Amino acid sequence: MGENETVLNATPSLAARTGNFLHRYANPGRFLRLGARLQPWLTWPAIVLSVAGIVWGLFLSPADWQQGDSVRIMYVHVPAAWLASSGYMGLAVCSLLSLVWRHPLADLAAVEIGPVGASVTAICLATGSLWGKPMWGTWWVWDARLTSVLVLFFLYLGHIALIRAFDEPQRGYRAAAILGLAGAVDLPIIKFSVQWWNTLHQPDSITLTAAPTMSTAMLWPLLVCTLGFTLGFAAILVARLRAAVMESRVRTALAMRRADPHDATREPDREPDRDLGGAVA
Amino acid sequence: MTHLPYIAAAYGLTVGLAVLLGTSAALRLRRARARLAAVERPARATRTNAP
Repeated sequence: MGENETVLNATPSLAARTGNFLHRYANPGRFLRLGARLQPWLTWPAIVLSVAGIVWGLFLSPADWQQGDSVRIMYVHVPAAWLASSGYMGLAVCSLLSLVWRHPLADLAAVEIGPVGASVTAICLATGSLWGKPMWGTWWVWDARLTSVLVLFFLYLGHIALIRAFDEPQRGYRAAAILGLAGAVDLPIIKFSVQWWNTLHQPDSITLTAAPTMSTAMLWPLLVCTLGFTLGFAAILVARLRAAVMESRVRTALAMRRADPHDATREPDREPDRDLGGAVA
Repeated sequence: MTHLPYIAAAYGLTVGLAVLLGTSAALRLRRARARLAAVERPARATRTNAP
């Protein structure tokens, strides 16, 4: 019995080990160094691939035999739809990290994902409407796919509002993390809505389990656009998160200076950052 | 090109919003970096001048 207890005490649980691993990479100073190194590798390929994909899709790819040139809207609509869902997935992961492990950067990442995710969801809805009008004859239908994406947009807006609704940031982070996690239920609904219900929106053309149902002449520019937009999303997010960490350090340094104006030699970098849940840079 | 206004609107909106998000993120990062440098400078200068 005593031996078993010793073994149990000596072996940290999976949750504890995962928490230790995550916190090692949650150090804001380490994140700033990593982010600065990563930034150009995300930004420049994102610009090159997005421009190449847009030019390819707009001018070089063939028109669809049924939809004509309207199909070109697909090259911006599909990447936006993919980013709307995967951005929210990122938000849900940050919420989980925040609620379970109190990961200091996860809350800041959730704050920054919200507006970018809401913007790509707005692009998805708007480009979908602009594609739907010439093809379906209407800007909007209360179809399961369209409605579930609209719900996703409202979830993003709710998250943006909730995370900033409290005077004490930590309370806002907790409340928004619960919303972020609960809202993830919408993601499988979006994904499978075209299979579960008889929707006006077409079924997925690209799946992991079957060959794509579109010509490779259209598939390649779509993949290039999707990769470019994804890198662009990541680049914007990393830049916003780096700025948020720096702003947080500035606030902490100024608060310390106000608390002790005579001690100008104190090193702000080494003080716990209150916005980051007390993490030391 | 058929349906040109719809296509132009979709691409214009996407590119416009992407440029707006990218530019605002870059400007915010530059501002934050400058403010952090300004806040850290007096502390470093005082430490350097200390006997």
